[in-house]
Amino acid sequence: MMLCKLSFKNIKKSIKDYAIYFFTLILGVAIFYVFNALDSQTVMLEVSSFTQELIELMMTMLSSVSVFVSFVLGFLIIYASRFLMKKRNQEFGIYLTLGMSKRKISMILFLETLLIGILSLVVGLGVGVILSQFMSLLVANMFEANLTKFTFVFSTSACIKTIIYFSIMYLLVMIFNTVSVSHCKLIDLLNGAKTSEKIKLKNPYLCTIIFIISCFVLGRAYYIVTHDFLTLQEVQDILIPIVMGMVSTFFLFWSLSGLILRMVQSLKKYYYKGLNSFTLRQFSSKINTTVFSTTIICLMLFVTICLLSSCLTMKNSMNANIKKLAPVDAMFATNMNMDRYYDKYRRYGYNDSQIQNSHYTAKEMFELFDFDITSYLKDYIEVNTYATPDLTMNHTLGSKLDSIRTQFPFLAYDTMESIMKVSDYNRVAKLYGIQEYSLDDDEYLIVADFKSMVSIRNIALESGEVIHLFGHTLKPKYTSCQDGFLEMSSNHINTGIILVADSVVEEDYLVQNYLIGNYKTTDRKEITEIENRINGLSKDSKANEYLLPSGSTKLDIKEATVGLSSMVTFIGLYLGMIFLISSAAILGLKELSESSDNKERFRMLRKIGADERLLNQTLFRQIAIFFALPLLLACIHSIFGIMFAQQVLEVFGNEQLLPSIIMTAIFLIFIYGGYFLITYFCSKRIIKEQD
Amino acid sequence: MESILKVEKIEKYYGSRSSLTKAIDRLSFEVSKGEFVAIMGASGSGKTTLLNVISTIDRVTSGHIYVGGEDITKLKGNHLNQFRREELGFIFQDFNLLDTLTAYENIALALSIQNVKSSEIDRRVKQVAEQLDIKEVLPKYPYQMSGGQKQRVASARAIITNPKLILADEPTGALDSKSSRMLLERFQYLNQALEATILMVTHDAFTASYASRVIFIKDGKIFKEIHKGQDSRKEFFDKIIDVVTLLGGDLNDAL
Repeated sequence: MMLCKLSFKNIKKSIKDYAIYFFTLILGVAIFYVFNALDSQTVMLEVSSFTQELIELMMTMLSSVSVFVSFVLGFLIIYASRFLMKKRNQEFGIYLTLGMSKRKISMILFLETLLIGILSLVVGLGVGVILSQFMSLLVANMFEANLTKFTFVFSTSACIKTIIYFSIMYLLVMIFNTVSVSHCKLIDLLNGAKTSEKIKLKNPYLCTIIFIISCFVLGRAYYIVTHDFLTLQEVQDILIPIVMGMVSTFFLFWSLSGLILRMVQSLKKYYYKGLNSFTLRQFSSKINTTVFSTTIICLMLFVTICLLSSCLTMKNSMNANIKKLAPVDAMFATNMNMDRYYDKYRRYGYNDSQIQNSHYTAKEMFELFDFDITSYLKDYIEVNTYATPDLTMNHTLGSKLDSIRTQFPFLAYDTMESIMKVSDYNRVAKLYGIQEYSLDDDEYLIVADFKSMVSIRNIALESGEVIHLFGHTLKPKYTSCQDGFLEMSSNHINTGIILVADSVVEEDYLVQNYLIGNYKTTDRKEITEIENRINGLSKDSKANEYLLPSGSTKLDIKEATVGLSSMVTFIGLYLGMIFLISSAAILGLKELSESSDNKERFRMLRKIGADERLLNQTLFRQIAIFFALPLLLACIHSIFGIMFAQQVLEVFGNEQLLPSIIMTAIFLIFIYGGYFLITYFCSKRIIKEQD
Repeated sequence: MESILKVEKIEKYYGSRSSLTKAIDRLSFEVSKGEFVAIMGASGSGKTTLLNVISTIDRVTSGHIYVGGEDITKLKGNHLNQFRREELGFIFQDFNLLDTLTAYENIALALSIQNVKSSEIDRRVKQVAEQLDIKEVLPKYPYQMSGGQKQRVASARAIITNPKLILADEPTGALDSKSSRMLLERFQYLNQALEATILMVTHDAFTASYASRVIFIKDGKIFKEIHKGQDSRKEFFDKIIDVVTLLGGDLNDAL
């Protein structure tokens, strides 16, 4: 069949020239498959049911992200195919003059898209299946599960999903192609290639004014997201700086396109050196028409950088925090003397008998359930916390209360402060391996690690606010909060515990008893078994009368953290990679098609005696500028974007920012740089072909 | 003599109402079967536009063009494709060959679009290659051929369907004089031995002198028309030069 043959021939030729496009398609399919097949990688891992639930949640998230990803890829494919079609106007013109109907031309395009689609799907799925085997290692590593033996996994559902999503994308491309073929005019097709695009020189004054305005708007947007962060009351408010940033990015490129040439032209010494004039002209003739796509690429790069670095920071910080913030195996807490605040606890949903029967320590409580917790524990301590309505934040902030209240009106200032004997705290600290403290009878100190609370409390501590507790007057030992915590968690969430000398405390005000310790066993399976039995106690009939101590264990915290951090990492990686390959592919494709247009120009330069080295240099610079320009602005955007993200994600900690930025940079250099090099070498080949 | 092409009071305007350009201004002429007509004119005289509207690449603003009695200005859709496929053969200045296909495949394309059997295609491609002396370039790709060879391949593609009318736009424009002469001799052969009707646009007097009639166009109108009659090619060339001199302007380059 002749049409088939034509399609085949066209593809064969295009594959050589637009290898980058096919490469991207294959990569897109592969990534899509890998991330949708993640759940099948976890099947053979030994994980708890809790982790299994987290994985399911992660898969739900990933599949909604996949919808978004398919939009991005769909946009890329349609953009690229329309772009490649434009290059073939003359070819279609010839078909029409030979009397081929538009329907048949659409048919050729249809066949081509079909072939490319099938080819990229088959190869992409193949690559995806192989890559996903490596993914198993990563997944096992993240969930800290043992990968007992290597098993080859293939996810049929992910495969079918990939095929369906990409089929829809290719179908859309076919529709777009058919529509644009039926709308084209023969004379335009035949002459289209010959008419070069008009070079409109922009008014330099207008450009300068717009340049200054956009710089100003951009600066304002930067300022809003970093410094005026607290003025953003509603979620929608963040849209304002985003839109400001987007619009000013566009106009920045628009005005730069007009200005750069003029600026360099005035530097005669540089402009007339070597092929600089040619390179610059090439550059400015194109940027005029590519301002829009440069903007899109810049914004996509910006999102990629922020996403990757924030996600990696979150993951690293969480994993680092967990080592520090969950230093022992288990902690069980039980409320005591609940009847003292009967109304409050009723409101919290405890029943009468639970409130009445609250004069037992955690250990005693377990015994009531016929469960000897201590037999499982290697070493354990019991500590108490105290509270009184006479010591709330209102009191600890003292004279600073009013000024703080105007700044932070939404804090619950009536909450009772947690009070702890310094000896109790030191026992905990010793077990945790953190700083211990000593206090005189008339001193107090506050341990806290939740940043914003620390800064609020420090205001009061700096001014040396005294507190009155159980008839004693205590002055602060330090002018700032000290680092420390009692309850284990995955993040820094200790808003403050007031430590006082043992003699100050009155036992009547005991509100909570803690049992903290390490298990005798270190085997993960056995620990899971113990914890399952403790959880099982809540089904005991006694649970209605007595309140079962609430436990937070290292394993729970770890699993929750690992689940959250791997979810964040995978989503970050997924979106980051798709965004990165899409934007790099658009740039690469653009440059490659320019190169085939530039063949003639380079041949001319060769004729007037420019040597190969100089030509390659020119080509390299030309492509480098186009790749660097959006990246440069994206990096500047990202500095502020990351700063903003750090504020939002403060609770997760940001100690690990630098390594994740380095990781992101490596990632970026590897993929974006790779695309740049491929583009350069392909362009070089296109330009050389003439000889 | 049977009329193959009849152009009746055609007009073609370009641009908007404010800056209207009349590329063709109420122009009429006829071409009989078996004629070899050259259209000459300076650049901007409207000769390429004329060829474009005859070849249905572009549409006239008003007037009618009949090819074999059929009004092609009224053709649309599949009828238009069928007309291009069966009645016309195109030869362009820049050849317009598909660089993904070999010479053989380029020529065969014109027939395969008409769904001709492959055995028949093979016979006819070989035949036309013989006539145009391009047998040895058939397996080559366009980038492996010389300009003259490319143009002869393009010509082969244009005539292989036995079209009623062959339209050529500056066919020698990109060729050197030796290749030009060779191509034009082939055109003469096609015209005389195979009775192909050829309409050729050129600004070159030497190329035009191979035709049997030359129509001169100026400002979208027919300026003069001369027949070769019994003259030798040399004598006809001199006559053309006389008119060119009379026309003045750009066409003086033709000397």
